[in-house]
Amino acid sequence: MCAHLSHQSNLVIEGLHKSFPTRDSEVVALKEINLTIGEGEFVAIVGASGCGKSTLLRIVAGLENGYDGAVSLGNRPIAGPGLDRGMVFQEHRLLPWLTVEENVAFGLNGRANGERERIVREHLALVGLSDFAKAHPHQLSGGMAQRVAIARSLVNQPGLLLLDEPFGALDALTRIQMQQEILRIWEAERTTMVLVTHDIDEALYLGDRVVVMSSRPGTVKRIIHVSLPRPRDRSSYEFVQLRKEIYAEFFSEAEKPFAYAI
Amino acid sequence: MARDTNPRLQKIKHLLQYTGLSVVILALWQALFHLGYIKPIILPPPSQVAVTFWDLLKSGAMTRHIGISVLRVLEGFGIAAILGLTLGIAIGLSRTLDRLTDLIIQVIKPIPPIAWIPLAILWFGIGEKSKVYIIFLGAFFPIIINTIDGIRQTDQKFVEVARILEVPRLRFVRQVVIPGALPAIMTGIRVGLMVAWMCVVAAELIAASSGVGYLIMDARQLSQSDVVIVGMITIGVIGKLMDSLIKRLEKRLISWKAAFAGD
Ligand SMILES: Nc1ncnc2c1ncn2[C@@H]1O[C@H](COP(=O)(O)OP(=O)(O)O)[C@@H](O)[C@H]1O
Ligand SMILES: [Mg+2]
Repeated sequence: MCAHLSHQSNLVIEGLHKSFPTRDSEVVALKEINLTIGEGEFVAIVGASGCGKSTLLRIVAGLENGYDGAVSLGNRPIAGPGLDRGMVFQEHRLLPWLTVEENVAFGLNGRANGERERIVREHLALVGLSDFAKAHPHQLSGGMAQRVAIARSLVNQPGLLLLDEPFGALDALTRIQMQQEILRIWEAERTTMVLVTHDIDEALYLGDRVVVMSSRPGTVKRIIHVSLPRPRDRSSYEFVQLRKEIYAEFFSEAEKPFAYAI
Repeated sequence: MARDTNPRLQKIKHLLQYTGLSVVILALWQALFHLGYIKPIILPPPSQVAVTFWDLLKSGAMTRHIGISVLRVLEGFGIAAILGLTLGIAIGLSRTLDRLTDLIIQVIKPIPPIAWIPLAILWFGIGEKSKVYIIFLGAFFPIIINTIDGIRQTDQKFVEVARILEVPRLRFVRQVVIPGALPAIMTGIRVGLMVAWMCVVAAELIAASSGVGYLIMDARQLSQSDVVIVGMITIGVIGKLMDSLIKRLEKRLISWKAAFAGD
């Protein structure tokens, strides 16, 4: 439906280092991050809270500056936000005084009225909320509000969509539904997706690759290729094996519940 | 207690709670008079105040006083609202403008409007203009200060969304900043109108021959404490009615906030 402009849009992160100053020293949020994400790829990033996942996405989005290393998209270094990148936050961040359709149109600049309406209509249909165009955000459930936020982030057809724990605040059932939804959207739009989560299952269900990050300082600990066909069966043998492997990454130092050979 | 959930009974209960204290105070006041504890010269009983009010109303004097005072307030408040909103939005959006104006605003703000009377007379004479100016001064500061505050409190999360979507500045102000500041702006408008109305007595100290403030000051010279009380209560009641009106407007404008109306 919304075939986006096809251009070379590899995301390349090299030697990324980011620290925040505190009163008497500094917090190292990210250290020596190297990551290349191909066009159309779905990459999931898992890590404990505070390991720098949001900081990483915010740098790619252009919301943070003052870092060391190089971050480029399609060979162009990232300098501030741009329409080639969309972002969905954990909170839906819909404007409460605008209707659903006005919220989706919020990111559309300088288009003719008819075209704007068409784009909004198409994107509401994409997330299955055509009937709620005139509703206000407070009339929506958490899952619906997050779908509107996804629609809003896609109206400019960004080549890269950054999702920062987008389903983290939803209940378990809605979360699974939204995971299927985002897969469907990815398959329809072929947008490169980078999704941050602290849910290992979610990462394995969605990602072509799962990037495991460790805390303090935030580094990439391991990258796991998930070559299982979609839709993935969360109870299949391979899935469960991969989950165990990722579990071991997190608990190997602290708990060592089982002896895993990596 | 199943009875308590009956909506009609609930309504009556709430109405009684709302008016109860006022009724009790009026009854006590009247009783103290009948028991001989208070002299009518010092504090006339509610019954006498009511009779005086009725007489003033019948003669047409009350309506004239109220009409002229309300007109003065609306003029002063109207000018304050227009200037307070435009300047407040401009200052809220511009750090430079804020630095340029902050000191003067902060220093002039605490000066009570009544202290401006001598200058107001020098500048505007003893006609309507000086009275409207005094009222304007009272209303202006709550409106501009709340507007600046409201704009400053723009949610950083929405700012980030607008940056990512490259929303142009003008539309950002129209769709994000102003609606977000609206609750604070409406508070400023409400406080401004209230202060404007409170300034009516000060304004009508300036060579007035009509108005509720004039009515009070004139009765003071004649030691008519019942007329003074009529004037005071009239100011109170009209102030409350004006506030209720603005509250309604506020509810309409900020209907998206209805979800958080409280218990
Ligand atoms: N603006 C900031 N100022 C200071 N420290 C920050 C800021 N943002 C993040 N941090 C710190 O950087 C680290 C990583 O934060 P974040 O990227 O939010 O982690 P995550 O999203 O993985 O939970 C944390 O220790 C956090 O306290
Ligand atoms: Mg985070």
